[in-house]
Parts: sequence; structure tokens; C-alpha cells
Amino acid sequence: MKNAKGTVFKYGDNVDTDVIIPARYLNSSDPEELATHCMEDIDKEFIHKVKAGDIIVAEKNFGCGSSREHAPIAIKAAGVSCVIAETFARIFYRNAINIGLPIIECPEASKGIAAGDEVEVDFDSGIITNLTRGTTFKGQAFPEFMQKIIAAEGLINYINSGR
Amino acid sequence: MGMTMTQKILAAAAGLDRVEAGQLIEAKLDLVLGNDITSPVAIKEMDKMKVDGVFDRDKIALVPDHFVPNKDIKSAEHCKCVREFAKKNEITNYFEVGEMGIEHALLPEQGLTVAGDVIIGADSHTCTYGALGAFSTGVGSTDMAAGMATGKAWFKVPSAIRFVLTGKPSKWVSGKDVILHIIGMIGVDGALYKSMEFVGDGIANLSMDDRFTIANMAIEAGGKNGIFPVDDLAAAYMKEHSQKNYTVYEADEDAVYDAEYTIDLSKLRPTVAFPHLPENTHTIDEIHEMEDIPIDQVVIGSCTNGRLDDLRVAAEVLKGRHVAKGMRCIVIPATQKIYLQAMEEGLLKTFLEAGAIVSTPTCGPCLGGYMGILAEGERCVSTTNRNFVGRMGHVDSEIYLASPAVAAASAVTGRISCPCEL
Repeated sequence: MKNAKGTVFKYGDNVDTDVIIPARYLNSSDPEELATHCMEDIDKEFIHKVKAGDIIVAEKNFGCGSSREHAPIAIKAAGVSCVIAETFARIFYRNAINIGLPIIECPEASKGIAAGDEVEVDFDSGIITNLTRGTTFKGQAFPEFMQKIIAAEGLINYINSGR
Repeated sequence: MGMTMTQKILAAAAGLDRVEAGQLIEAKLDLVLGNDITSPVAIKEMDKMKVDGVFDRDKIALVPDHFVPNKDIKSAEHCKCVREFAKKNEITNYFEVGEMGIEHALLPEQGLTVAGDVIIGADSHTCTYGALGAFSTGVGSTDMAAGMATGKAWFKVPSAIRFVLTGKPSKWVSGKDVILHIIGMIGVDGALYKSMEFVGDGIANLSMDDRFTIANMAIEAGGKNGIFPVDDLAAAYMKEHSQKNYTVYEADEDAVYDAEYTIDLSKLRPTVAFPHLPENTHTIDEIHEMEDIPIDQVVIGSCTNGRLDDLRVAAEVLKGRHVAKGMRCIVIPATQKIYLQAMEEGLLKTFLEAGAIVSTPTCGPCLGGYMGILAEGERCVSTTNRNFVGRMGHVDSEIYLASPAVAAASAVTGRISCPCEL
């Protein structure tokens, strides 16, 4: 799996799915349309600044709240290549993998990375490198089947491909 | 080492003699649920799969309830997609407007969720059915699609936190106060990835509606599921509502828990969660020490608190009283049956005479969909389950989560209040 590399958007604890994609936009399930409102209620600038490959770093319990798969779909469609957090809420964790959005739990990285830092993630080794500060952190490596799900752009394609 | 109640249900569904925390299993599903927001995404995913339809048309429940009756054209298109899928696949348990209700109040009432079941739903509050001794948990649309196609889902077996409930709650203290107290104590990620298993002789003093409310909000502590033992009251509920056979599982005596908390229900006080997290709790006594918190709107309803007990308590408070000048009080019975019963008991008359409005069943305002959206700077006391930033409308509005009793009393006074103040 290709490394993720990009500029960091940094958030705190308990970033919930209502701020990731407010329910007022859930009358659409189109990824591109959802992406235009991604993070709107926590960071109005996000969608104007985010570039393909950028990385979200947050603290505890990222993605808590609703089970809406629209949340990881919006983040992925906005161009984000990886979300790093101290911990993830469990439904979000499952949904992110299922739709092919790479996510990594790493408390040290969450503490050692600031907004605007350039960061690279090696999914084979789980090594997260803060290129701006010259520091590295060890996150959990992605097991092979998860890498395959992500490479297939989601669980359904992965199942269809005969694994 | 013994198994928790949840682990025993999962072991049986996986065809295993025993499981332990952390183990990955594949379990057979008794019910797969979706609503008008999550099902269209699941249907799109299922269309991509090389399958001939659903695994069992009797074991899928499709409940349009979030933006229903259709709030706009896009919502109408989503509902149409779900309706057509239900028709094409001859889904037994599709609930159209007129027979629908808020999913987590509706399914137990319809007898579709019973003890020992393994249930996934593409809605985070699917954990509600733990009140009847089922394992039920929220998932996303892709898991729902795979579940509809195969009748199976993979799970990581959770460890558990044990909550020993003792004593009897005092007047105006309900299941909502119990669960808000617990979330305030352990935090919004206090049970992350874990089961919340409720035990103790205090459970006998909680109605089924109280238990549904408690299990419903397990997700607000990060829990994978919340679950109650099956006692006479739960058995009677299932006998009244369901034709399905059920299986009662009990935790082993030597089951191991990550933590244990004992809660004396008689000591609990009406509890309110302040913006913007369900863990920001204050008791009514603490609130009395603060400056008045004026409010603009009250919502009494949702999958958390839109059941008959909830409406009865709200009506008891509002009877012979009137909502404060300028206050909007919105009451939403959770299902058609509850609505009808509330009418027969005269509760709707009480609400209307008090200056409240009564809506057809819908999730509507709880998630900021419609039917009670907040403007900038407005405050709402709500019996719903989340008070996140922007949840009910403008990003600068505020939600205070409370019981139906506190919500109704607050509607009367125009500030956060307990019925004991009236």
C-alpha cells in the first residue's frame, strides 16, 4: 500500500460525526456533495484548504456518535489520505475500514504532531514520520487483509474480488 | 474463566462453546436493521455485490423514520429507494408512514427483538434492544449491506464493564437520569469497544421503558452494547409483544469484568447533560445553585424517550399547567401505537391544552433534520440523546439533555427546572 503524505489538520477530543458531516446534509449520499460540507461545524476553513493527500490528526474518541457511514465517506472524498487519532469510536473505526479510509491509532503521534506539520505514514510498518519536526512514531501496522480492503476501495469490492 | 452475558450470546451465534475478549468471530444474525438515511447507502453497496437478494426476507427491518414524513425532495428520493428495495426483495418488515415509528421503539413493540438475538442495525442506537437481553449493536451501511446479503457479521468479542444497580429511584428520577449519571461518571468514551452489563436488585424497580432508555444510550459512553438480564418483567413484555422464541443467557458467576460500579438508584437526582457532550452532567441541585438558564424550546420524544411512560410523566407535569410564554414545546410519540394509546389516555389533550404541539412519529429534531431546528443562540431542553455542537440546528445553539419530567417542567418555567419546583 502506498504511503500517505500530506499536511496535517489537527483536532481535539471527541470529534463527533455530527461535526464531521452535519445531519442537515444527510439527504444526500453522494460522496462529492458530502465532501463539500466535511468538518463544516468544527472548522469552516477545512474544505477550502484541504488538498489531496492531507492528513487529519485528532485526540481521543474520533468519530463518536452516529453510525453514519457518510462521515468517513465525506473525509475520504475530501481527499484525506489518513486519519490518525489517540482512539477512535468503534462504529467509525469499522466504517472507515469498510469504505477504504486508512486510519491509525497512535497516542504518541497524536501528541507529537501539530496543525500544519508535514507527515508521512507507512502502512506496512505503521511508522508515522513528522517530516516538519524530524520525529517518528510507531502506530499499529495494517494487517494484510485490511490493506487489501483499502486497496480495493472498500469491503464490498474486496469481497467481490474473491479476496 | 467464565463468560459475560454478551460473550455467551456471541459464542452461541458463532457456534462456539466459548469465546474470550478480543477474539474475532463470525456470528449468525437474527435481524438486520436500516433507516432512510443509512439504507440507501447500504442498498447501493449491496447492488455491487454478486448476490441474488437478501439472506432472509423475514430477518431484515427497514424503517424510514429520520426524515419521514419526507422533509424534502432528496429525502423523498431516499425513502423511495428504500421502499422499492423492500418491494423488490419482498421484505416482510418494511414500515411505511402510517405504520412506522422511531425504529428503536418500534421493533421491540412489533416483537422483532427478543432475548438471545444477535442484531445489527445501521443506526448507532441499535444497542437499545439489550433491554430485552439481546446482543444488539450499531454498524455502518457497508456492514448492513453485507449482513443483508449473507446473514452474518464479524465481531471482535468485547470485554465488559459491570454496573450493579441497587435501590429504588425516587419520584422524578427515571432511566434517563440513571444513564446520564453513568455517562457523567465514566465519560463519553468510558466504555469504548466494551459491553455495559447491568445487574442488581435495583433493576426490578426500573420499568421496561426505563431499561430501553438506559440501553439506548450505551453508545453515548462509547459502548458496543448495553444489556440487561431477562427477568419476569422482560419476559412478560416479550410474551405480550412477540411470537418469536427466545433464549435467556446469563453471565457466568466467574465472568471477568474490566471494571465494576455500584449505583444506588435511591441516591440519584434528576440529571441534565450540558452542551456539548453527554458527559457534562449536573444534578438538578447543582443547577439550582447556578444562575437561571433560560430556554427557547423543549423536545419530548426520540428513540431515547418517546415511549408511553415518558409521555405519561410529561403529561403528569403539564396537566393543568401551561408552557411559558414564548416557549415552543414539541412532543413526539415514538410510534403509532404509542400515539394512539396516548390519545386514549387523554395525554394528547393535556399536551395541547398546555400549549405544546404533538407531532407524528419522526426522529426529526433530534439530529437537526426538521420539526424543531434551533436558530443561532437558542437553547433547547431535550429528552434526546446527543448534545453535540450543531446537532439540532445552528452551530451556535445549545442542547441540554434531560428526562421527560425535567423537560416538561422546564417548558412550564422557561428555564431548566425540576417538577418539584412547580
